[in-house]
Amino acid sequence: MLQDKDRIFTNLYGIQDPFLKGAQARGDWDNTKAILDKGPEWIIDQMKASGLRGRGGAGFSTGMKWSFMPKEVGERPHYLVVNADEGEPGTCKDRDIMRHDPHKLVEGCLIASYAIRAHTCYIYIRGEFYREAEALQRAIDEAYAAGLIGKNASGSGWDFDLFIHRGMGAYVCGEETALINSIEGKKGQPRLKPPFPAGVGVFGCPTTVNNVESIAVAPTILRRGADWFAGLGRPNNTGTKLFCISGHVNKPCNVEEEMGIPLKELIEKHCGGVRGGWDNLLAIIPGGSSVPMLPKNICDDVLMDFDSLRAVQSGLGTAAVIVMDKSTDLVRAITRLAKFYMHESCGQCTPCREGSGWMWRVMERMSQGRASVEEIDMLFDVSKQIEGHTICALGDAAAWPIQGLIRHFRPQIEERLGRRAQAAE
Amino acid sequence: MPKLTIDGIEVEVPAGTTILQAAEQIGIEIPRFCYHERLSIAGNCRMCLVEVQPGPPKPAASCAMPVAEGMTVKTNSPMAVKARKGVMEFLLINHPLDCPICDQGGECDLQDQAVAFGYDRSRYTEQKRAVQDKYMGPLVATEMTRCIQCTRCVRFAQEVAGAPDLGGVNRGEHMEITTYVEKAIGSELSGNLVDLCPVGALTSKPYAFNARPWELKKTESIDVFDAVGSNIRVDARGNEVLRVLPRLNEDVNEEWLGDKSRHAIDGLRRQRLDTPYVRKDGKLVPASWQEAFAAIAAKVKTTSGAKMAAVAGDMADAESMVLLKDLLTALGSRSFDCRQDGAVFDLSNRLSWQFNSGIAGIDEADAILIVGSNPRWEAPVLNARLRKRYLTGKAKFAVIGEATDLTYKVDHLGTGPDALKAVADGSSPFAAVLKAAQKPMIILGMGALTRKDSAAILALASQVVDSCGLVKDGWNGFNVLHTAAARVGGLELGFVPGANGRDLDGILSGAEKGELDFVYLLGADEIDTKRLGKAFVVYQGSHGDAGAMRADVILPGAAYTEKSGTYLNTEGRMQRTARAVFPLGEAKEDWTIIRALSEVLGHTLPQNTLVQVRDRLAAVSPVFDEDTAVPAGKWGAFGVAGAIDAAAFESPVKNYYMTDPISRASRTMAECTEVYVNGNQKRKTGTHG
Repeated sequence: MLQDKDRIFTNLYGIQDPFLKGAQARGDWDNTKAILDKGPEWIIDQMKASGLRGRGGAGFSTGMKWSFMPKEVGERPHYLVVNADEGEPGTCKDRDIMRHDPHKLVEGCLIASYAIRAHTCYIYIRGEFYREAEALQRAIDEAYAAGLIGKNASGSGWDFDLFIHRGMGAYVCGEETALINSIEGKKGQPRLKPPFPAGVGVFGCPTTVNNVESIAVAPTILRRGADWFAGLGRPNNTGTKLFCISGHVNKPCNVEEEMGIPLKELIEKHCGGVRGGWDNLLAIIPGGSSVPMLPKNICDDVLMDFDSLRAVQSGLGTAAVIVMDKSTDLVRAITRLAKFYMHESCGQCTPCREGSGWMWRVMERMSQGRASVEEIDMLFDVSKQIEGHTICALGDAAAWPIQGLIRHFRPQIEERLGRRAQAAE
Repeated sequence: MPKLTIDGIEVEVPAGTTILQAAEQIGIEIPRFCYHERLSIAGNCRMCLVEVQPGPPKPAASCAMPVAEGMTVKTNSPMAVKARKGVMEFLLINHPLDCPICDQGGECDLQDQAVAFGYDRSRYTEQKRAVQDKYMGPLVATEMTRCIQCTRCVRFAQEVAGAPDLGGVNRGEHMEITTYVEKAIGSELSGNLVDLCPVGALTSKPYAFNARPWELKKTESIDVFDAVGSNIRVDARGNEVLRVLPRLNEDVNEEWLGDKSRHAIDGLRRQRLDTPYVRKDGKLVPASWQEAFAAIAAKVKTTSGAKMAAVAGDMADAESMVLLKDLLTALGSRSFDCRQDGAVFDLSNRLSWQFNSGIAGIDEADAILIVGSNPRWEAPVLNARLRKRYLTGKAKFAVIGEATDLTYKVDHLGTGPDALKAVADGSSPFAAVLKAAQKPMIILGMGALTRKDSAAILALASQVVDSCGLVKDGWNGFNVLHTAAARVGGLELGFVPGANGRDLDGILSGAEKGELDFVYLLGADEIDTKRLGKAFVVYQGSHGDAGAMRADVILPGAAYTEKSGTYLNTEGRMQRTARAVFPLGEAKEDWTIIRALSEVLGHTLPQNTLVQVRDRLAAVSPVFDEDTAVPAGKWGAFGVAGAIDAAAFESPVKNYYMTDPISRASRTMAECTEVYVNGNQKRKTGTHG
């Protein structure tokens, strides 16, 4: 279990002053110049050594991502874009960072921008996050006023501008290339890769897109050292992570924990356990709505990190743990998710555009028992026809919850369809 | 040059080539819907998925994936086939099963690929989606339920046509292609949307429910509605031309076609002259060929050659022009003109009337000055090429003349000759741009060359050429953009005044004053027929238009789809139309009429076959001879310096949709005029059709 001294987000619950004074008291903006003075190469090396994997869901090494940017600024300027379009159902970690610890993000933006040689950073914030945008803007204004960012940011000689761009509420704009399109004023539809944003990103310039949490932890990692961060968690899954636990637990919460904490421990220690006790558990979606669910027998001993969850055909995603006890109608629950993905599909690629609606319609019938048993296989096959066949990962996200349901709870679906058939006879 | 293996075949292609293009080079066809080689890559239909190694364990879109050294591509592996079948199934679940009543049937990409790559049955039992139809103008019919959201139309409108009127609204399965505000697509190239649409969502409105592709006889021919000479395919059933489609020619029209060239063809069935007429007691009455010829012979016998003249129209083929010239020359006339608009050129040098850089030369030009022309209406396909060049960002554009929206940004230097003068004397900043350019270009339109002071303007343009270095080794940047398909051919074979002959103005004023007694109009309708005075007028042509109204004898000729005729386009490129259908009624191919008439007039022309006529053409000018290389012309100064009127240049084309007898007779073009020129949109949608 994570000790308090190793906590990065020390004001996650907003008990202290979220703004500059409080942030500085918590150690933010403490001699940022010294970090910048060590140079972009040092920063990137440290980030690589820390083993930080992107906190937005895909888990790609943050240091590695930064190193993909051109080493010299050519004709086109570089940009940092922070993805604060936190829309994954079940996830609310970035929201609390921006509400209660916005300076961690602002300072991270400066350091990351410096590392990738960008003078400008855009924070693309979810449209619904109105108060969060206000808090963040206040933090940015404070930082400008204090000379921490702006011309000669923190006395480092590096000019740095930070802008907030508010989204309009499209889930798909959380996909990095759709987000880039949206910043450019275009329709929020993912772009083809290659070219990758590091080559051709926002306004056609080299761009790095990072999650809020990945950026917000960077200053602390650089202050306390890569070794410290790498010493937490498990190999290849290092550091601490914000977990968002919701659903049928006694005390739903956001909590910072070490990577690799057992799922059961996470829920028992921080959330007061599953409603009605651990044995009342039916299934858990461990990483936000898009990853496949896990039945109780896997939840008993699975560890919460990228590799362990992957080994059980799920994923850490955004670490949004959705707990469902035995009162849950799983088919109904996944039907709701299917509807969400149908609604949020951008409509660009054929499989996702057509398939997400198809799957939702079948799920809708299944949840009412109006389907035949053969359709379970068909549904699984359709989900496989979407998965991996689209430009962005929304197709995968639409397919996985349904695959998880069928993989682990097929007997329950069959029973429901059978019941209906019996009633008809 | 990366080397990769596709389906076991090793291939080496230039870096930057996509997998799909590389596969095409070795004859492996990868199915696709959204990909089109002349549009940007969208990669959204997902039909072209292939297995690529090394790479992630999922298929990649071959249309967008650049090749890499050592890549192994499998287009038919189980993974690729499964992905393709899946995409095909998804495309069909919401596609209506209305192929029997769909105009695209028989030439539908979705149909073809469903047969080749799809399952034989559907597993989809839910409700299908229905989408409200959109109004896109008089040429494009919509059935949006059939749309597969490939966005080819959106990309074409945005990129090629430069009319960003189309877009996709809404998300997911509610995504629709629409014009947002129910308006006609503001482009002269909108017909191409129909060709691009891989399904039956966008179909041709005038051609709706007319024929199935397998009923049509397809004839490769040349378009004559403008001077570009777009390559076309004429589709006919029986003796009726049902539609015209563009044909690929990289040097001329790429694969686009203007709306008039495509849709004016219903004019081929209206107002046609299908029998000879002779004016008796002031009224035109139908007659036999013999009677018509006899009437002409009676007049010719009593008229001296000096009192005869001939004017050739904008769609006249070179064969009939050369024979008509030979015949009237034999009768003693020297008054010919093929320039109904009175355009001025240096008749001794073909460089003064040609588009010397070639249309493909636009792709290399880096500074382009357009003078007295509205290429968007005078040659829409050429204008698309100019826009294509503009989009590369490698050329600067300037216009002297009317300030119109050409679909690309230009420097508007002025409206009249003063601005051209400023370029010539170097006081205009664009002169420096032209001087600095590697391949500078001036495009001189008929707006500048059909004025009273055009000789002086030609001299001024020639001065620009010299002062700005438009002609250099391996590059001639002096270009004339004609509006008439027949014009360059006529100039080349010398259908211009001979010694002591009269030009058009001379012919008209001569007839007005009674100095001319006999005028032969070869499809000439754009002249002021009121000025023909009391002269005896023979009109030979296909349509009952201005010329026929005035005629004393009408000889019914063939339209361009009904004969094999030679045309030189504005570049001087020789191309030939082909006969797709037979001439209507008693009408005959034009050169045969003149040949037959010559016999009646006692000056029998020696040419008895089309081959002999073409030999005669080749003897007149090597340009008409496919086997002889045309000697490169020598650049010289053109025009005559003189007083220049400061009046603004005006494009002769006031209405793109009606420029000639055929398009004036076309109901479709009348509708287009109503919508695009007069601005009366007919907003009928849905079940209104």
